[in-house]
Parts: sequence; C-alpha cells; structure tokens
Amino acid sequence: MKMNLEVEVVENGSTTNVLLAGEIDAYTVPKLKEALLPLTERQNQLIEVNLEQVNYMDSTGLGVFISALKSTKQYKSELKLIRLQDKVKRLFEITGLDSIITIDSTVRGGNV
Amino acid sequence: MNKVNLDLENYRKLLKQYMITQDEKALYQAEQFTKLSMQHNISPEEIVNVHIQALKEIYPDLPKEIDDSMSFLLEAMISYGLAYQEFQSLREKQLELKSEISVAANMQQTLLSTVKPSIRGLDIGATSIPANQMSGDYYHFVKDNEDTLGIAIADVIGKGVPAALSMSMIKYSMDSFPLSQRNPSAILENLNRVVERNVDPSMFITMFYGLYDPKTSVFQYSSAGHEPGFYYNAKMDKFDEIKAKGLVLGVSNDTVYQQYELEINKGDMIILLTDGVTECRLADRFIERDEVLDVIKKFTHLPAQEAVEQVYKYFERLQDFQLRDDFTLIIIKKDV
Repeated sequence: MKMNLEVEVVENGSTTNVLLAGEIDAYTVPKLKEALLPLTERQNQLIEVNLEQVNYMDSTGLGVFISALKSTKQYKSELKLIRLQDKVKRLFEITGLDSIITIDSTVRGGNV
Repeated sequence: MNKVNLDLENYRKLLKQYMITQDEKALYQAEQFTKLSMQHNISPEEIVNVHIQALKEIYPDLPKEIDDSMSFLLEAMISYGLAYQEFQSLREKQLELKSEISVAANMQQTLLSTVKPSIRGLDIGATSIPANQMSGDYYHFVKDNEDTLGIAIADVIGKGVPAALSMSMIKYSMDSFPLSQRNPSAILENLNRVVERNVDPSMFITMFYGLYDPKTSVFQYSSAGHEPGFYYNAKMDKFDEIKAKGLVLGVSNDTVYQQYELEINKGDMIILLTDGVTECRLADRFIERDEVLDVIKKFTHLPAQEAVEQVYKYFERLQDFQLRDDFTLIIIKKDV
C-alpha cells in the first residue's frame, strides 16, 4: 500500500498557506519540492506549511524543508511550519532543525 | 509440449488449427511463438506480415478489403516495432548500468571498510546492511596507540549513488584530522564545514561520534542530529536514550556541537543505530522506538557481534526480507 501526499496551496496576500495531507517520503518528496520551492522565491512572502494531516515523514522530507529554508534566506522570504504531529515534530527535534526552522505546533485556527 | 518453430509454415498451421477448432492449445502455442519471436528480435510488424501470408494461404479468396486492411495494420505496427527495438536497447543499457553500479558498490565497500578493533575490556559488535546496492549508512572505528576508541556512525539523507559517494568524502576528511583534534565536538564541527561546502543543499548527514578512553572509562560523545542510541546501566538494570542535541551536518557552516560524557562501568552497554532500524516499516504501520528497544533487549545477553546479527535477522524477518532503508547497529559492552 502506497500512501499519497496531497498539497494544497492557498495564496493569502503576503502569506501563502500550504496544506499537506498524507505521507512525506522518498516517493512523495518530488511533489512537495516542486510545490514548495518556487513559493520561497518571492521576497517578503511568509510560507506557512500546515502539517496537521501529515501522519508520516521520513528524513528525505527533512531535506526538502532544509532546501526551502536555504532558499528563503537567499530570496528573503520566510518559512514557518505549523501544527506538527508528535512523530513528525520529533524528527525535527532529533536533527536539531527545530533550532533553525520556525516551528509552531500550538497554533490553532486558520482556514483549514 | 511441441517445439515451436519460428517459421511461416508453423504459424500457418497454428492459425489454421485455431480457425477450425478454436482450440485453446493453438492459442497457447501462438503465445509461445510470440515469446520465441521476441527472443529472436523479430518485430511485431514481421508477425503481422507472417499472419497476412498465412491468411492468404489458408483463404486464397480473401476479400480485397480484408487484404487492404491487413496492409494498413502492417503500417500501423511499424512504430510499435521501433519502440520495441528501443526498449530492447534500453534493457541492455540498464544491465550495463547495473553492473557499473555493482562495481561502484564494491569500490565503496573497499573505501569505507573499517576494522572492528579489539580494545581491552570491550566486546564490540557491528553490522551495516544496505537496502539497495549502495549504502548511505556508515560506521567507522578508530583506535589509537593509547587504546582510545573512536566510533563514528552516520547516515546520509538523500539516497543512492551521490549519498554513498559523499560518505567516502566524510571518511577521508575524518582520517585527515590531526590526533589532537579527535574530541567528538571538534570532529563534528570540522566535518560540518566540509559537508556544508561540498554537498548538495537537499542532502545532509546525521552523525554520532563517540570517544572511549579505557583508562578513565569515560565515553565522550556529540551528535549531529543523529537518531539517539541507548545506554544500558547495569547497576540500575535500566536502558536510557543517549540524549545529545545538535544540528545535522551540512546545513549551517558555523554550527557548534555540545559534548557530553558518560561513565561506563562493568556490564554497561552502548547501543548505536541509524534510523533504518527505528523506521522499520511493518505492513500497515511503523514500529515504535520502544518496540525497537524491546527487540534489542532480547539479544543483549549474547556476545555483541552475535547480538547485532540476531537483531538484524529479527527485523529482516519482520519486514519480509525487504529493507526499506539501510540498517546499521553497533553494540559495545564493557565486560571488565
């Protein structure tokens, strides 16, 4: 059984909401990369990625978020991850990436 | 089973047999005929051609319309024939690539090979099994004249050949550091700069480095975002996670790594692993970290090398012998 990843992008002025649902792994990572990276290339844009519906992510997923983070530095945009499930959050913590990527698991609300 | 002959006569016979009897056997033989044709690189349009000839022989008064439509089909099949030829040549190329990769995989094994050292009072077991031909996992032992043991365990994120190649880079830069800089935090800081400069932005490396001094029984360690290992305290009969915070290698060039210490006593154990162990995927779920530890506990009474091999076999069985990720496990027991 192979799970899919759904990516929904909602433009909201200077904020872009990215809603992800499913699994992020080697199979679905190209799709995420294709959707996420171009968004980071717009100056002053805040990209808020909602991971509430992501029940699994492996380390290849982290690679995409690192690329995205590097890209935000280059283009002066901003990346924020919100509503991470515990297992996904743990991955960011182990790898120390929570110290360089803005992660807010407590945020509630938004137009989900 | 009759031997299938690759000629018009045989095809005509089969066709005739089928037209008269609608016999399944003839259909089966036609299938064999096609398979044999493929082995002999006979193109689909040639088969259509044989069909036309056979049809005309069986039905000399074939209506002109059918005849014409057959010629039409023949033309239509030509591009299929070309595509099939291309497929064949791709298949050959794929075989070539496969053998080249296996040469590279052998090369990698030679480059990354490490000797499990014997250190007074330590029983060391280590195993690393790649999921595909080339591994993105790596472990390395360094023993110096004072019997100090350096242990590195690492995992490249970003799979395949590039990941495997970057591991060789890690090994050689590690070997080039002067002895005076062999403490874990300095090693990770140096490696981090090497990786940051030389590796693709979406690729990064997690690594744990430990240094054990048998004179003091102190184990010093630092982690660059690596999956935490376990420490077994024999006196309290308790397993704990080896907690160490640190950013993965290759993300930021000025990362500083904190160094931690543990005192290792008789009967204690250090267990290091990669996420291929903890992200072991069962049919419909992922195994939990606690379950991983439970499995490891089952085998820790064995000599260290036997234990790591048994744990591997257990997870291999659990995943139906299909590893999704490289698997690396090291167990170090202090037996004096």
